Amino acid sequence: MLILIPLLPFIAFLINILFGRRFIRDRAHYVSIPAVVGSFILSVGAFMDVLDGRVINVNLYEWVISGSFVVPVGFLIDQLTAIMLIVVTSISSLIFIYSVGYMHGDRGYYRFFAYLSLFVFSMLVLVMSNNFLLLYFGWEAVGLCSYLLIGFWYERPSASNAGKKAFIVNRFGDFGFGLGIILIFLTFGSLEYLKVFSEAGSILGQKTSIFGLEVETITLICLLLFCGAVGKSAQIPLHVWLPDAMEGPTPVSALIHAATMVTAGVFMVARCNPLFNLSHTAMTTVAVVGGVTAIFAASIGLVQNDIKRIIAYSTVSQLGYMFLALGVGAYTAGIFHLYTHAYFKALLFLGSGSVIHALHDEMNIQRMGGLKRYMPITYWTFVIASLSISGIPGLAGFFSKDEILYRTFLGGGTGKILWVLGTIAALMTAFYSFRLIYLAFHGDFRGSEEQLRHVHESPPVMTIPLILLAIGAIAAGWVGIPSIFMEHGDRIGEFLAPVLGRPEAEGAHSTEVMVMTLSVIVSIIGILMAYIMYVKKTDLPERMGSALRPIYTMLYNKYWFDEFYHVTIVRPVLRASEKVFLGFFDGRIIEGVVNGVPDLIGSFSQRFRRIQTGLLSSYGLIMVLGAIIIIWAVIFSR
Amino acid sequence: MDLQDLRLLAPEIVFILFALILLLLDLMVKRKEVIALTGLVGVGISAYINYRLVKMGWLGGVLQDVFLFDGYSNFFKLIFYINLVLTILISLRYMKIEQTSYGEYYCLLFFATSGMMIMASAGDLIVLYLGLELMALSTYVLAGIIRRQRRSAEAAMKYFFLGAFSSAFLLYGIAIVYGLTGTTHLKGIASGLHELGLLNNPITLLGLVFFIIAFGFKIALVPFHMWAPDVYEGAPTSVTAFMSVGPKAAGFAVIGRVFFDAFAELDIQWSAILVPLAILTMATGSILALSQRNIKRMLAYSSIAHAGYAILGIITGTAEGLVSTMNYLMIYTFMNIGAFSVVILLRREDLLGEDLEDYAGLSKEHPVAAALMLIFMFSLTGIPPTAGFIAKFYVFMEAIYSGYVPLVIVAVLFSVVSAFFYLRVVMYMYMKEPGERVELSMSGGMGIALTITTIMVILLGIYPSLLLEFVRASVLG
Repeated sequence: MLILIPLLPFIAFLINILFGRRFIRDRAHYVSIPAVVGSFILSVGAFMDVLDGRVINVNLYEWVISGSFVVPVGFLIDQLTAIMLIVVTSISSLIFIYSVGYMHGDRGYYRFFAYLSLFVFSMLVLVMSNNFLLLYFGWEAVGLCSYLLIGFWYERPSASNAGKKAFIVNRFGDFGFGLGIILIFLTFGSLEYLKVFSEAGSILGQKTSIFGLEVETITLICLLLFCGAVGKSAQIPLHVWLPDAMEGPTPVSALIHAATMVTAGVFMVARCNPLFNLSHTAMTTVAVVGGVTAIFAASIGLVQNDIKRIIAYSTVSQLGYMFLALGVGAYTAGIFHLYTHAYFKALLFLGSGSVIHALHDEMNIQRMGGLKRYMPITYWTFVIASLSISGIPGLAGFFSKDEILYRTFLGGGTGKILWVLGTIAALMTAFYSFRLIYLAFHGDFRGSEEQLRHVHESPPVMTIPLILLAIGAIAAGWVGIPSIFMEHGDRIGEFLAPVLGRPEAEGAHSTEVMVMTLSVIVSIIGILMAYIMYVKKTDLPERMGSALRPIYTMLYNKYWFDEFYHVTIVRPVLRASEKVFLGFFDGRIIEGVVNGVPDLIGSFSQRFRRIQTGLLSSYGLIMVLGAIIIIWAVIFSR
Repeated sequence: MDLQDLRLLAPEIVFILFALILLLLDLMVKRKEVIALTGLVGVGISAYINYRLVKMGWLGGVLQDVFLFDGYSNFFKLIFYINLVLTILISLRYMKIEQTSYGEYYCLLFFATSGMMIMASAGDLIVLYLGLELMALSTYVLAGIIRRQRRSAEAAMKYFFLGAFSSAFLLYGIAIVYGLTGTTHLKGIASGLHELGLLNNPITLLGLVFFIIAFGFKIALVPFHMWAPDVYEGAPTSVTAFMSVGPKAAGFAVIGRVFFDAFAELDIQWSAILVPLAILTMATGSILALSQRNIKRMLAYSSIAHAGYAILGIITGTAEGLVSTMNYLMIYTFMNIGAFSVVILLRREDLLGEDLEDYAGLSKEHPVAAALMLIFMFSLTGIPPTAGFIAKFYVFMEAIYSGYVPLVIVAVLFSVVSAFFYLRVVMYMYMKEPGERVELSMSGGMGIALTITTIMVILLGIYPSLLLEFVRASVLG
């Protein structure tokens, strides 16, 4: 039965890709939606099993067996996987339904559902795997789907460029990730999680030398794995691909680039917690990268005007929070935030999709305004999601974000600094979220007459998923109520404890109350600031912008990261390979590069080719010569 | 002699009967489809009899073990059956396009396959020679079956002369070994060499070298490969597909049989001879394929290189190594015939479809055909999760376990070189603009053949134990 969870979406993919163009066309959702909903129902079943304490670890079969080298294909359904299954399949189901409305009439309708189904399959394999090789397979497969879906509208150059960018940037991270897995195999002789984790303690103190530099093996493994996470989860310095990935259709942004795939890095680090726990260096790196990314991405989000990019930077920032939690050892808090974030962030994206849909592909919030009147459901669900992400008490985001900040605060000296970063980022989060709301939904409409005439609330097929996600954005956090409010309120923490352990440090109740109050105050300040700047004194942003011109420019240009990469990496590489690429297109270098890389082989090839004269007698001669040489070598040279 | 034993010959007897029936049928019916279909029925019956015999556990030797009906021979027969069925399926429409719809075409395919079956079962050098000649003579004619085409006739001529030359080596080898041991029986040779203390005799080694030359010719081992590129290019594409798999597998079957049975105690010697030949073969195949613009010729060199990889399992001299080679051959059957099928798809009345340029932009016009070719090219390169990866993985692992690490490094390097020419086809299909619009010569049989080969290439890639367990069982019992 369990195998059906990933298999159903895969079957849907096969059907759509094989018969989509000719037979299914715009009925593709009849294939894909039942498949993911089926996976969801089965996932709930699996979750119930785990809740009853039945953890499943099965090897389906051995992929390759050769001596001691055994690679099994198997699934591990434990508490962590169970939560991921619920997140992935529930959000996928809602987004699939939403897509029926959003993608209606698109030329590649069947293709869209095919790729999306393939993505769900890959993501499920990723979270269900019980070994690193299958994890790697899922990891690469979701990357491939992401690439295909970012470039879904490949006629637009910006879309296909964004797809390429995502693919190439992820190469950097995945290279490290692959090396990490190889190192795990060399060190432990196995790729199965449970074997590796149970033996992890025994390699403490073991050193590996790279280029003469002695490094602790466990630290090296963790840092290499974390490289992969940095790429996939868009952390500094590999975050540049995610905002561009918004070129893809909005449901894709919601599912892949907010709720599920980008959290794979968080999942992987949490999964490998027995390894990370052993390396203080690696943990600190994770925490610092996360904390810095959280505030850094949030600050960029303050001044952006593209509705989807604001939310994309918000995603990067929230992922930073999750890594911050993992890095201070609060794995449960990280996964808890992953889970609540999936709901409110998917909701934000789908809401923005609803707006974009209504305004015929308008994405600039400066040309929106007053949409509250025309799109009440979208507006109210959007507000709920924004309150949730800002951490307003009672909503999902409050509980998980608060847990992270509290755990960070307890994390010693570095923890205090990171906590300050996190709290400032929370302020920014509240601000940019409500800046978006005030600009897009309040005030007067600033777009064209034409757009205003067509503004409409989206059809039920789109609004119902919004409403369901809004329920999630409110209630998802109620499984993790801090103990100061309710004894045994932190059910998710208890649930995950067998896999992720429990945070060691426990602070006084007063500390927790202090951290919590502070973060709530900060959020409210953020919202109020947005209210003042964008509703009360609408000339203020302009004045501040010119007063703080350098800072504004820096943020608006995203700290010039893209430009920096362009100058240091992209341009040199392009220039070096210019000849190669030019040749690729006019066909000359195909001889040169593919035929003769290195050139030597090419000329070798041409030269030896002449032996093949086509003359029968010379063929016979070569046979005889060959025979004579062998006989001489074997018999007379003994 | 026990007549009961003859039932173990039933698959071959039925097979040859059907070959004759096909020949007669050609006189009576006009439609070649009927002949092909009858042929398929014949394969089915023969294969079914074979299957029943195995099920009933009647394994053993016939006529004092000159003919062996065992797991080893049955595994190779399965390859030959698959090879024949796939060839028939891809031939129907193609032979019409070539305007060469002769009934004897199918008949010859049957005779050639009978020869291979006899080779795989041979427990005696004379029987082996008979099977080999039956196969060889039939394939010479098959190569030249497009009589009005110069390159086809030329291919047949070359193949025939060089083939006759290699047969001479084989006969010399048999004569020498017979002279030494007084028997042509494989088991007898082994015990004879041992008991008469001939293991270090230079004449024994001379005989061994002659066998290597003769069998090396069949599997196109460098430097006995010279015929292959010209013949593969000149022969009708369906025959090329047939020849690049069947006779090669049969060659490996006799190599495994003769070396592991008769010359088992000389394994160090034949391994030492085969190592340089394997390196030469991989090098020549991979490097020369780079400069080919004709896809059939490219695949010819590719199949030379593949023989170089497959022989690694033999070089190890262990039963596990032999298993890995047989595993390789089965996978190679599917991926190679698959690739040739796509080549045939591009052949039309007015277009050869053999030039690399003909593949430019194929993905835009025919995405399915391009995707299939991509899968086959990936598999031939050895990229996971296709079956080609598994094939290479196991022979390389076995070679490593037997201590041939440098040899494996060389093999991996040439695999990398080979990626250039396989992926070049992919690049043409996906990154180039299409030329003039091309129609595919699709047919029902072709569809079935492509479906089978694609499914197997992927299935064996993700679930390799399916095949591997089967091979292990056939060899190790």
